[in-house]
Amino acid sequence: MTDQTASAVDLVAEEASSPLPAARGPWVTALRKLRSDRAAMAALLLFVVIVGLCMLAPLYATYVAKTDPFRSNLTGKIMVDGKRVPVMESSTEGLGLGFTPMGPTWDFRAYFLGADGQGRDVAARLLYGGRNSLWIAGVSTVICLGMAALVGLVAGFFGGAIDWVLSRLLDVLWAFPVYLLAISLSIVLISHGIDIGPISINSGSLSLPIFIIGIIYVPYVARPIRGQVLALKESEFVLAAIGLGVPSHRILFRDILPNVMATLIVFVPLMMAINMLTESALSFLSIGVQPPDASWGTIIQDGQEQLYTRPMVALAPGIAIVITVLALNILGDGVRDALDPRSKLRIRSA
Amino acid sequence: MLQVRDLRVSFRTEHGPVRAVDGVSFDVAEREILGVVGESGSGKTISLLSVMGLINDPNAVIEGSIVYKGRELLGLSPRELRQVRGKEIAMIFQDPMTALTPVYTIGWQIAEQVLTHNAVSKRAARDRAVELLTAVGIPNPEASVDRYPHQLSGGMRQRAVIAMALSCNPSLLIADEPTTALDVTVQAQILELIQKLRRDFGSAIVLITHDMGVVAETADRVMVMYAGRVVERGTKRDLFKAPRHPYTWGLLDSIPPLDGPRPRRLKSIAGMPPSLLALPKGCAFGPRCRYRFDKCGERPGLGGSHGHDVACFLSPDARAAAWSGRLLDTKAVS
Amino acid sequence: MLGAIVKRLGQMLFVMVGISVLVFLIFFATPGADPASRIAGRNASPETLAAVRKDFGFDRPLPVQYALMMERLFITQDLTSFVNRGWKVVPAVIDVAPVTLSLVVGGAVLWVIGGVIIGLVAAATRGSVLDRTLMMLGLIGVSMPVYWLGEVMNLITQSRFHDSWFFAWVPPLGYKPLTSDPVGWFLTLVIPWITLATLYMGLYGRVLRANLVEAGQEDYIRTARAKGLSETRILVRHALRTSLITIVTLFGLDFGALVGGAALLTEVVFGLQGIGKLTYDALRSLDLPVIMATVMYASFFVVVANAAVDLVYVVLDPRIRTA
Repeated sequence: MTDQTASAVDLVAEEASSPLPAARGPWVTALRKLRSDRAAMAALLLFVVIVGLCMLAPLYATYVAKTDPFRSNLTGKIMVDGKRVPVMESSTEGLGLGFTPMGPTWDFRAYFLGADGQGRDVAARLLYGGRNSLWIAGVSTVICLGMAALVGLVAGFFGGAIDWVLSRLLDVLWAFPVYLLAISLSIVLISHGIDIGPISINSGSLSLPIFIIGIIYVPYVARPIRGQVLALKESEFVLAAIGLGVPSHRILFRDILPNVMATLIVFVPLMMAINMLTESALSFLSIGVQPPDASWGTIIQDGQEQLYTRPMVALAPGIAIVITVLALNILGDGVRDALDPRSKLRIRSA
Repeated sequence: MLQVRDLRVSFRTEHGPVRAVDGVSFDVAEREILGVVGESGSGKTISLLSVMGLINDPNAVIEGSIVYKGRELLGLSPRELRQVRGKEIAMIFQDPMTALTPVYTIGWQIAEQVLTHNAVSKRAARDRAVELLTAVGIPNPEASVDRYPHQLSGGMRQRAVIAMALSCNPSLLIADEPTTALDVTVQAQILELIQKLRRDFGSAIVLITHDMGVVAETADRVMVMYAGRVVERGTKRDLFKAPRHPYTWGLLDSIPPLDGPRPRRLKSIAGMPPSLLALPKGCAFGPRCRYRFDKCGERPGLGGSHGHDVACFLSPDARAAAWSGRLLDTKAVS
Repeated sequence: MLGAIVKRLGQMLFVMVGISVLVFLIFFATPGADPASRIAGRNASPETLAAVRKDFGFDRPLPVQYALMMERLFITQDLTSFVNRGWKVVPAVIDVAPVTLSLVVGGAVLWVIGGVIIGLVAAATRGSVLDRTLMMLGLIGVSMPVYWLGEVMNLITQSRFHDSWFFAWVPPLGYKPLTSDPVGWFLTLVIPWITLATLYMGLYGRVLRANLVEAGQEDYIRTARAKGLSETRILVRHALRTSLITIVTLFGLDFGALVGGAALLTEVVFGLQGIGKLTYDALRSLDLPVIMATVMYASFFVVVANAAVDLVYVVLDPRIRTA
């Protein structure tokens, strides 16, 4: 019988050698998942490249294109293929009066995408405009998510009267059609600037569109956050923590916040895309970014006059927006897939 | 009526192929209840899902033979399979709370199955639904037929699901842990219902469970599975009176005894089921088996006599000795 | 039951009042906003300013001004514009409503049909090249600024390819009323319809596909398969039916917002004088009565759409009915 009896030592040795998969935290798993998502990684790379190019705007304008994209250049002449060509050509359309800006030269060194109605270098303006568009989209997203997180957490966690008041405020804000709110606030604030007590922002500042775009979507994000906090409050691990006597602020920070962080992270690329589109719409309507600053939306507006003769002025920034927003959306999809626990590989247990 | 031979199901994953079912063979005769026992991961559900052709995973590789009433099911076209599913072979699942589509009444859903397989009028299908609901013991069937699933309790929902499964008089009903999600009193009712239906409808039943008590109550024959393989197979009597495989012993041991001195600790089987990614060479249960010896490094085949098969290298004498040793242990523990 | 309806109506009213107050405050009460100086023009003398103020009633307390405006807007309906004196606001809004309606209804038909088809096909062929292509196209549609797409469409149809047989039929920008010129009405709206629908088609297709795929993981789909139902039937009758709830909810809200004037960018780009354009012009010229009227119009539809959606939700999802 002894040869058939496994000793306890053998058993333990057997267990120690059988490979158990190493434990991994949820953030690491999510990161790995994201990194294996090739489309999302490509989108991220694209986005980084776009940001990089736009950051280099001053370098491009000064050293490569050698133009000042903010100064009218109606009478200037530049070198193209060895010949001096006027930036604004005599118009051949209609009555032959007026001027038509030059079209794309496809030459990096000067007026790559042609000139706009003021004789300015479209390519250089595109890069500068990109800086503003990206900056506004980014900062307004931070504001939006920050405020939404605050409101959502406070309303959801503390409940009661606080929740009631905050929810009513969110309701009223959200009932206002978003575009109307954006346009109304923009028109009012941009024509006058803000001058309340110590806060004084002049009407040309970028802070105005940032602030406006930042607040209009707060209800959109705050509601799901609040919902999530409410659900988490009822979850067993939180109830256990409360039962153990863990103080509220610790529960908030250690149990609830990490889960909410995941939701917020998923919202980041999504809101950036939405905010970028909103900013471009407002700028197109001339109530977003104000001259002399430029953004992709304002350049599209600039290009409206020459739409049929020199479409590149309006086309280029639009294409830039589409590519950037597309990249953000693809990245957003990838982030959502990575952080969604339900999409793990499921081997159904037998 | 149903003959499964050497069924193998593996899934391609990023970590390599996972063998969920590794050479499983069994028969189901007409009108008999076969209990399939095993813990999670033993391959019991997947084996039976393959019978129904319900494994949708493109990474699944299914091999072997499944012959139903003389007809090979593996390799049938989707259309042909659909004619078998729901009509000849029906399956019900574990969680009744989510098994029914929430936006249609239970009568509509039962009628849908009837109408799919039979050319009858809607009226006739509805009448059949009422008939079935009566048969499964749902109170006030005429009214219940127009209820939505969320309006019924868990036990009632499971009855409705069973009614639906039997609507086309299948010769075989596969029940995958039908009572696990229900509480104990309801569990008893459902099991009673299943047995009654075997009498009334004449279907054979494959009852998948991890609960030996359920098996003892309802099954005619039992099959024990471990790590995707069959380890023991036989009549209920044989299995409970004279079990042959150490795993079966472990399963039986872990049932808290109703009589005798009260044990200080509940017995469990030491160790954990193996990861399907890294099955041990030889007997899958070997690492956890007290009685393993050198031969267990090879994979034991399923063999035996008088319909009682076991996959184990223990000779009859060694087995008897182990068995009596166990009895001593039992006394020692309490 | 009646109590619930009354309560809901009360909520709707509350929201609309809230919005009207908010708009009023934004335009009348923001620091630095002085309607009188806007009307009188810059460099107006103090006497002119005072006269204007008295004329328009700006010297009265804000709540009184608000009450008067509301009264003129809803009750006597003789509210007149600040910018075009004598121009009655309420008839103006009613006049332009059909334009927006034409645009939005046509666009909606297009995007609902398109979106549902895209969603169904993508979910049915899940993982295939077709699925990925459709989803990418949808994503591109969602990433385009709608006004820019309109400009591009104009570029193509009015200018670049206007002479080719493909687009020669596209009339110049503008709207032709349905009653006087049905063919013209249709032709002027085709390109705007496509532009408006592109964004929403992409969105709805993606949302529907996601919902269908998620529904496909549910247990009741597995039961349906075990019943021997065909995949098509399962997709349409079981998966789609349960996913419909989300889509219908989304549609109700989007449609309501668009009818109220959310399509203003499309209207501006295509020269359609609809509610959106009216709203925008009023906002630009700070024509407060018109602003108030259009905002009320818009919020009315949003509020009604919300209520309608909640109602439809009850019809579509039996689980809510008995709750």
